[in-house]
Amino acid sequence: MDIATLDKLCDRYAHERGAIVELLQTIQTEEHYLPRDALERVSANLDIPLSQLYGLATFYRAFSLKPVGKHQVLCCTGTACHVRGAKRVVDHFRRVLGIEIGETTEDGLFSLHTVNCLGACAVAPVAVIDGVCHGEMTAANVEKLVRQYRSRSGE
Amino acid sequence: MKGIEGLKAWQAAIQEQRDPDATWIAVCAGTGCLSQGAADLAAALREALIRHSLEGKVEVKETGCRGFCEQGPLIVIHPEGIFYPQLKAADAERIVSETILRKQVIEDLLYQDPVTGRRHIHEGDIPFYQKQMRLVCRLNGVIDPTHIGDYIVHGGYQAAAKALFEMEPVQIVEEIKRSGLRGRGGGGFPAGVKWESCRNAHGEPKYVICNADEGDPGAFMDRSLLEGNPHSIIEGMIIGAYAIGSHEGYVYVRNEYPLAVRNLQTAIERAEAHNLLGDNILESGFDFHLKINRGGGAFVCGESTALMASIEGRVGEPRAKYVHTVESGLWNKPTNLNNVETWANVPLVIEHGADWFSAIGTETSKGTKVFSLVGHVNNTGLVEVPMGITLREVMFDIGGGVRGGRHFKAVQTGGPSGGTIIVDTTGAARPAEDRDEHERGPALVPESLIDLPVDFESLTEAGSMMGSGGMIVMDETTCMVDVARYFLNFLTEESCGKCTPCREGIRNMLAILERICDGRGQEGDIDLLQEMSDTVADTSLCALGGTAPNPVLSTIRYFRPEYEAHIRDRRCPAGVCTALIEYSINATKCTGCHACFKACPTDAISGEVKAAHVISTAKCVKCGSCLDVCKFDAVVKQ
Repeated sequence: MDIATLDKLCDRYAHERGAIVELLQTIQTEEHYLPRDALERVSANLDIPLSQLYGLATFYRAFSLKPVGKHQVLCCTGTACHVRGAKRVVDHFRRVLGIEIGETTEDGLFSLHTVNCLGACAVAPVAVIDGVCHGEMTAANVEKLVRQYRSRSGE
Repeated sequence: MKGIEGLKAWQAAIQEQRDPDATWIAVCAGTGCLSQGAADLAAALREALIRHSLEGKVEVKETGCRGFCEQGPLIVIHPEGIFYPQLKAADAERIVSETILRKQVIEDLLYQDPVTGRRHIHEGDIPFYQKQMRLVCRLNGVIDPTHIGDYIVHGGYQAAAKALFEMEPVQIVEEIKRSGLRGRGGGGFPAGVKWESCRNAHGEPKYVICNADEGDPGAFMDRSLLEGNPHSIIEGMIIGAYAIGSHEGYVYVRNEYPLAVRNLQTAIERAEAHNLLGDNILESGFDFHLKINRGGGAFVCGESTALMASIEGRVGEPRAKYVHTVESGLWNKPTNLNNVETWANVPLVIEHGADWFSAIGTETSKGTKVFSLVGHVNNTGLVEVPMGITLREVMFDIGGGVRGGRHFKAVQTGGPSGGTIIVDTTGAARPAEDRDEHERGPALVPESLIDLPVDFESLTEAGSMMGSGGMIVMDETTCMVDVARYFLNFLTEESCGKCTPCREGIRNMLAILERICDGRGQEGDIDLLQEMSDTVADTSLCALGGTAPNPVLSTIRYFRPEYEAHIRDRRCPAGVCTALIEYSINATKCTGCHACFKACPTDAISGEVKAAHVISTAKCVKCGSCLDVCKFDAVVKQ
């Protein structure tokens, strides 16, 4: 996001009470994380201490201060998924991708996160990759999906 | 557009344009069906219609969730109401050429009852739907949520118009009070009483909020309502705002629900464009503006004061509620907050009257409740039932019993704040009086709770709570100690950290449960957990900490022997806690098919083709892949 866009965004939210979380969400959606220089700009433009923005960014799960991978793997670990074997699905992703939860693969292709419920409980266990929901996940599915996304990236 | 007349004229105009005998296809586009390929199916149906030159004549409509997620993707062909479940894109051609063109029902695509083997043509004939009472969800699956006309043609916004033109605000509050409508978000507080307090509170402006921060894992009814029928929520909020005297409202939606946000945003824009929202609604002189706020992915923001802090742009921490939010809520102004399902009930109460509404349900719990029936049950999905229905009816008649012929063990309601209650200690689904004394299981449970009526009071008495409506069925392969550990892990992560009992107490309780699951449990751990539970429950600031011990206490109450097996025998009876189980291969059953060899992610299995295989316990990570792929029951988990 360039500075001009960011400034425009700040202007849009400047007069709206309490819109700071919404603003950060827009940056997060755009950049997939909250870059430090963007936060500094917002802080200066809207006269909000950087520490306050940092507080928000670290409190809400939706925000990340680190860049994430090209493909975002989100494993649901809600109760319905848990009783239908979500932990095994997460463990397989960890093994296949060679990363821990919250990390990004060295090639920058995948990052792995868990979420407490996506509301797709009827087809548990569920994994969402780049916003696409995959239901009834199994260990075999994990490898297949990762292969698919790898080849889609041409790597 | 002006008044009820204007609205009715619009409804009539739409009706006139529509041929009631026209054929159209409703494709369920709820999250469950979408993840099973509903979008591809809809596209394939449209292509097939084009091939048969039927484009423009037969409409394909993507609707909200029909509830029967287990059978997705599914469609209903109108006006006949032919129900086809579990479809593939490849079925589209047959559906168009046979059912649409020649009006023939395709037998093998119909739903087949797994018990009787009978095939059913209509949704209403299927046991899953027969015991349901779909009121709040009645239009889910019928209307396209992005077309306001669909809602209008079914009488949409007429309850709001009735409220604005024919009722006084006080009268509306009275009507809601008399209906007995209670908060559907979990608390069960009478909605009318809350409205009255907010109406009488001093201070301007007043705010109304829709809590759509559906954070309870295993619950997705709010999501389905927002996605499938957002106008019903807007309409409920208009009525509430008018009754309370508010002109500004917020819907706080989870960030994890992008489709819900999109559909609601579209609905708000359409309603504004048609003078159903904004200034001078239907020329009644009443103004009401509604805004969406996306949550940041924090469970605690489902708590009212934390939610309001989040709307104000602050960190979502709750505050002590000695001053209620109806007096001083958002920006310290009187604020009335209700849950999605509560708001969606409001137009029904106003349209049909309090007497109609209060005739449904039990003495203290009125109306219907939407539950998400999930876990180890055959018919997973979204069900709407009258309050007071028994757990047996929900789980057996509607849910179709447990999957894979296993035994029921427990049902968990109320999310992390709720409890896990025992369903049946013997696995036999019979009333307690039919069973012998010795069959009734541990002394702690005098009889099975399978015939417990589902209402606010009964569930609380049994050690759980209604909660927002997640109902997670667990079979014998579920470890109750692990379930308790799971919830405390969840709550440790989601505790906002403001008050010490919640932040430190839950974390330390989790440490005890983890050591029990790891086989390092000590005598006295159960007592210690119970003691800590009391402290956390009594001294936490908000309901997150206050109810956090519930999953622990309820599992101890009903499944104490399972805790004891972990602690004393270092054994996990359900075979879940990985530190306490071991995988091996039964050499006499193993055919040497090599399937487990290929499936093992850590090369822990060795053996030649056609010879018995062996698992190296040193290399085994206990993932269970071998057990999944073995067709000969040769893999043993102990």
